[in-house]
Amino acid sequence: MSVVAAGCPSRLTPPETGSVASNPAPFVTERGGRSALDIVVRGASCGGCLAKIEKAVGQLDGVQSARLNLSNGRLHVEWIGKLDPRRITDTLTGLGYGAAALDPGNPDKTYARTERRLLIALVVAGLATVNVMVVAEPLWFSPDVDAATRTLFHWLSALIAIPASAFCGLPFFESAISSLQRGRLNMDVPISLAVILAIGLSVYETIRGGEHAYFDASVMLLFFLLIGRFLDARLRRRAYAAANALAAMQTSSVTRIDGKGAAEAVKASDIKPGEILLLTAGERLAVDAEVIGGESDIDQRLVTGEVEPVASFQGQTLHAGAINLSGALRVRALAPASRSLMADVSRLLEAGEQKKSAYRRIADKAAEAYVPQVHAAALLAFIGWLLFGATVEHAAFVAITVLIITCPCAIGLAAPLVQVVAAGRLFQRGVFLASGDALERIATADHVIFDKTGTLTLGDPVLVSGYSPGDLELAARLARASRHPFSRAIVAAAGTGSIAASIKEHPGRGVSGMIDGRLARLGSVDFVGAGAGHSSELWFAIEGSAPVCFRFEDRIRPDAAATVRRLQQMGLSVELLSGDGHERVGAAAAEAGITVWTAAAAPMSKAAHLEELQTRGRRVLMVGDGLNDAAALAGAHASIAPGGAVDVSRLASDCVFSGETLAAVADVITIARQARSRMRENFAFAALYNFVAIPVALAGWATPLVAAAAMSASSAVVTLNALRLSGAGTPGDPR
Amino acid sequence: MSVLLYMIAAALGLAILALAGFLWALRSGQFEDPAGAAWRALNDEDHPARE
Repeated sequence: MSVVAAGCPSRLTPPETGSVASNPAPFVTERGGRSALDIVVRGASCGGCLAKIEKAVGQLDGVQSARLNLSNGRLHVEWIGKLDPRRITDTLTGLGYGAAALDPGNPDKTYARTERRLLIALVVAGLATVNVMVVAEPLWFSPDVDAATRTLFHWLSALIAIPASAFCGLPFFESAISSLQRGRLNMDVPISLAVILAIGLSVYETIRGGEHAYFDASVMLLFFLLIGRFLDARLRRRAYAAANALAAMQTSSVTRIDGKGAAEAVKASDIKPGEILLLTAGERLAVDAEVIGGESDIDQRLVTGEVEPVASFQGQTLHAGAINLSGALRVRALAPASRSLMADVSRLLEAGEQKKSAYRRIADKAAEAYVPQVHAAALLAFIGWLLFGATVEHAAFVAITVLIITCPCAIGLAAPLVQVVAAGRLFQRGVFLASGDALERIATADHVIFDKTGTLTLGDPVLVSGYSPGDLELAARLARASRHPFSRAIVAAAGTGSIAASIKEHPGRGVSGMIDGRLARLGSVDFVGAGAGHSSELWFAIEGSAPVCFRFEDRIRPDAAATVRRLQQMGLSVELLSGDGHERVGAAAAEAGITVWTAAAAPMSKAAHLEELQTRGRRVLMVGDGLNDAAALAGAHASIAPGGAVDVSRLASDCVFSGETLAAVADVITIARQARSRMRENFAFAALYNFVAIPVALAGWATPLVAAAAMSASSAVVTLNALRLSGAGTPGDPR
Repeated sequence: MSVLLYMIAAALGLAILALAGFLWALRSGQFEDPAGAAWRALNDEDHPARE
């Protein structure tokens, strides 16, 4: 293969290294002789990536089409014939992108359908509003028009407004009915009532040949409400799609060896305890299993938080999530995938999620308090006006005006709009927000707990200086053939280049090969034969020269200290909580300027410490990446994970940041706090608006059209206030 | 007065045309990948999707 720059050609996005192999074969769908596969691609961000990926995959045998959707990071490949799907994912990882097959039985179709339906309704409502206004508005400014023309124009309005309202109102009607069936009142009940009553009474007036009809009010109302609904649905779908992509990155296929010794790729969910699995180098274990054959090194960083790989041994119990680094292993499954450690953690997450859902849908909670009062006000207006001798029609019109003017539009838009704008702004900085309501929680956090490995530090070992460039180049020729984290660190320092001849991996010990006809070895101190050494060292020896030593360290993120200082200035207290040893945690804490730190914390004690802090009334923001942090992330008041985090942790977090800088953590809090003030302003404005508007409507001074206009104006104010968030400069702006 | 009716008919017709155009764009997947479409415009070697 020619030497192509790994990952995004723009070099703005770092290549995805350490991607884990998994056989995509079980996820291929067949239809009419064509095979199709959907793959989640990580690290693709520009037109260069698009061209590079589509070209490379398109050149594989039999591939009919390869199309990458850059918006959701999915590659759809269709081919004819016997192409091994593994070659597609291998091509992608060879190019420097992360690749994982997407389970076709795991669709986000319902979310897509909801969003699409709301979009169509929104467009229909918009067009209907414009056209009803064209027909209805002239009547307001020509009072001397004759009755026949007026009625004709009313019927024309009805012709547009009735079908449009019936179609665009459906999402609201359905939601209102299902809410009533559960014996509750949500926002959609008064909305549906207002729309139906306005249309019904307008029709009655038109039949009677009356002076006023309010068809325009009902479609305009629906149009503005649909804007809020659509934005909300879009944010939800994006969050779900991202979560789904992360789930796909978890191993979901395994190689099973049947009774006759034949290997077969199957879905992880189909594995039963006792079955024999083959775990090739680079694969991640999907179920808890016991080693029965083979020799290798195991990277357990995701499970235990320890950076250094361990050598495997016969009878060793491996937890799901462990990565096999060098040799092939035969393992016996101990538990089905649904009962593995990963799944246990996933269940913990769900429990934590449920705790958080108390904060969900602030708008709905507001509606529950607000809606009955609106209904009462409208009913009072109706009865009151009747008592004071008004006609039934007039009383009904006042009641409709009250319903429309108090329509919870501004309240409905207040939160989702701010969330969309804030999420967009965070996205520009490489921060992905999992849910809109997370902002509310992040904004109120007062205590930050960092994990060490992979969070405060970069997670991958970095070569410490003190080596000669010549040795590095020679060692890299061996290291390029190995997946060991130390080898990868050497390659990262040396860059691309050639690979030594007759490479041989010695599981648990090192790599050997021939360089210029001389035997070279790279590996542990015993393997190289250099005497005594340390486990965080890698030795390199070539025939005819003395062995050289490479040292590694887990380097702290470059701006960790600055970020900790910034957080403290923002009034948050900072703590370090790690599963690693005392010495290393203490050193990292000192370097980052954190005074409160705990080392050797087990996953459960992390979660317990958090629980304890939260019962004391602290609102904890957890920043962590490992499987050992997942429970703490899920249980915390709010949580943030770095992009390199283990999948369950990313799924458990409220937001994920990418890149090497930790500044994102402070940025998120800053933006969340700004978003929170915008939301509060919006709610305050909406309350004030109602305070003024309801008496006006009750007094009968407003018509339904004026009510719809006032309601729209209040929505516009709320929207503009939300947009204010996108422009405001923040300290620490990267550009 | 009848001229107004023609105007209204024309406005309605245009609205229906616009709606049809929008639905066509939605069906043909033009809103599926806005980010990719922006980049593809700059790509010399791009070919239309083969479906």
